[in-house]
Amino acid sequence: MSYMKLTASTLAIAALSATTAAARDNVQIAGSSTVLPYATIVAEAFGENFDFPTPVVEGGGSGAGRKKLCEGVGANTIDIANSSSRIKQSDIDACAAAGVTEIMEVRFGYDGIVFASDINGPAFELTPADVHAALAAKVVKDGALVDNTAKTWADVNPALPAQDILAFVPGTKHGTREVFDEKVLIDGCEANGTAAAHKAAGAEKVGKECMALRTDGVSVDIDGDYTETLARVDANKNGIGIFGLSFYQNNTDKLRVATMSGVVPSTESIASGEYPISRPLYFYVKNAHLGVIPGLKEYVTFFLSDDMAGPDGPLAAYGLVSDPELAATQAMVEAETPMGPLE
Amino acid sequence: MTDIGSTPAELPGKAHGRSGSLLTESPMMKSRNAAEFRFRAYGLTAIVVALLTLAITLFTIVRDGTPAFFQAKLTYQVFIDAAVVDKNGTADPVEMAKVTTIGYARLLSNSLLAYLDEKGVAVEGMTDKEITDMISKDAPARLRDRVLADPSLVGQTITVKALVGGRIDGYLKGRVTRESSANDSNVTPRQLDMADRMVEAGILRSGFNWRFLTAPDASDLRPEAAGLGIALMGTLYMMMLVLIFTLPIAVAASIYLEEFAPKNWFTDLIEVNISNLAAVPSIVYGILGLAAFINFAGLPSSAPIVGALVLTLMTLPTIIIATRSAIRAVPPSIRDAALGVGASKMQTVFHHVLPLAAPGILTGTILGLASALGETGPLLLIGMVAFVTNYPASPLDGGFMDPATALPVQVYSWASRSDPAFIERSSGAIIVLLIFLVCMNIVAILLRRRFERRW
Repeated sequence: MSYMKLTASTLAIAALSATTAAARDNVQIAGSSTVLPYATIVAEAFGENFDFPTPVVEGGGSGAGRKKLCEGVGANTIDIANSSSRIKQSDIDACAAAGVTEIMEVRFGYDGIVFASDINGPAFELTPADVHAALAAKVVKDGALVDNTAKTWADVNPALPAQDILAFVPGTKHGTREVFDEKVLIDGCEANGTAAAHKAAGAEKVGKECMALRTDGVSVDIDGDYTETLARVDANKNGIGIFGLSFYQNNTDKLRVATMSGVVPSTESIASGEYPISRPLYFYVKNAHLGVIPGLKEYVTFFLSDDMAGPDGPLAAYGLVSDPELAATQAMVEAETPMGPLE
Repeated sequence: MTDIGSTPAELPGKAHGRSGSLLTESPMMKSRNAAEFRFRAYGLTAIVVALLTLAITLFTIVRDGTPAFFQAKLTYQVFIDAAVVDKNGTADPVEMAKVTTIGYARLLSNSLLAYLDEKGVAVEGMTDKEITDMISKDAPARLRDRVLADPSLVGQTITVKALVGGRIDGYLKGRVTRESSANDSNVTPRQLDMADRMVEAGILRSGFNWRFLTAPDASDLRPEAAGLGIALMGTLYMMMLVLIFTLPIAVAASIYLEEFAPKNWFTDLIEVNISNLAAVPSIVYGILGLAAFINFAGLPSSAPIVGALVLTLMTLPTIIIATRSAIRAVPPSIRDAALGVGASKMQTVFHHVLPLAAPGILTGTILGLASALGETGPLLLIGMVAFVTNYPASPLDGGFMDPATALPVQVYSWASRSDPAFIERSSGAIIVLLIFLVCMNIVAILLRRRFERRW
């Protein structure tokens, strides 16, 4: 039957191209959805201006990307893992076990994390201490640790608007949550004295106690992306959402950003270190693929060029805070220096 | 003997509380009628609710998605300056490729400013950068491709149709307003004024956006350039392969099970398994595909062939079930007659049963393909939710191995982008997907109407 012939010939073609597929001609990238827009901007410009095909960029999350990177060496594994948090020792061990011994760590900039509420709502001037006092499960009241019962922001700090507390916090699988935990909750916990109270109460892990959020519905975990957070803020005008700076900059017509400790978040205030909540963005390159996958080295070099990652480049225009030490990173990529052990 | 006839005096007796006529309602009948009326009302409400939900869904999708099919373009004269694009005057595309899109962006910007000056279109207090920012970041790349494809354009003045930035396009579509632009860091009210002037001068015009259907995906900096081209090709490739893979396997398996296999515990086990497999969540097949086809067999990720193999596994049970019931629906008398005149078992099947079952098989297959068309879950795991801007090659050049995306995953990835212009494109992609589905279902219905035989 003709079906049989068709199937047979298709399988033959498939088998034929499978053998040639070993020499993949496009760069493959996967990982953090925060880094994804930057990576696609670079990939697009790279495809336009170079003779190489446009790299294929996947999302999937930082952890998933690093795991894929560490699956092994060869054309059917990815070349670059995007990550919004630093690689972990467990990843490095997994990589080494699979034969991926040399990884290049590239830090290409910083991402700010902002608190923003509905554009028509009141302005918020937050501090980590206020945020912690509003959202933490246990707070200090009259010197004793009690369950948090604050209803409005004014209950927490009379200077804040008397608006019901409602926060849309990134879910625990997000890299953003880690930064929120460390830079807002733990710092705030120490600033408003709750950490000391936990210590006095004999808590074993003060940090863990500080990061525990209220479970009475005022703090909502968002496991989707920022689009979902925006939709929630849109539907619930009392809500304050936590966004990446670049996402906020693309939606300034719907969101009003809160200052943190008196500093307005912007690429400048983050670059100068004034704005406290930011995190470095990385990508990890499999050195064994350099020179094997066409265009890999060129893509990495192009990504870090001043035209792209520099303070006036398109990435900064999209909301990336350019790394002041970009020149050092460029030199490192030029020399293909693999990363040393984690400090 | 019955007792009804024996006591005629009591028959219609009102003493028993029964009405005399069928036309006058007794309380019991009343309650039965009321129950029936209520039941009908429930049914009607259910249908109304279902239709209303469908109508609301369709309405919002069409409302949000229709603008994606229209796009505003700037039409103006651009002088292709040899000093910028071909400094050495070689007219050699390889040499000229060294000029990046930044050079071409400058050409487009300078020409636009000059053209506006010439036409006397101006807005008070507007900087040159504000004007040139209105041109899409995609335009230089298009111009560069055009010039590299035809180096004779160097030194000439050509008419260019350049996309306008996403926010300006949004303004013409009503998505961006003057109020929102005041708070928007990506657009200024002056740019909107300029857009109005340009429309008056005939420089800026909105038209049907073919590129939405043909162009590849674009990054967050240029939502106006994003299109479904690669997603459509990926979907087409996958559907072709799924059809080629599933149909022979499903038909062979069904014929064997229905016509040849002995009825014993083993075939019963197979039958139960097939029914169970049809109910397995699709994401499970994605995990299987990742492990079997990519990690073990070494097929490339993001490739339509892997997607097709996964979707084949997913749709096979459904199609086998449909095919078996189509074969079973052919009456045994046909088989008996064929066998009676001396046909072999195989002749009976291929000359009589299969042709009669074909419409049912095709309908089942098309419906199976339609469900595979809308599947996203398994594709997530095999890397098809990706940013791909190179078209896959033709199938004969191994295009099934090239990276591609698919329609439903394009919907997903656009819906999670930060620029609001992508939300419109996401809905537009849903419209395209729905049109595909409706077409496939119509074909299935037509086939059934046209060829189905009832006995």
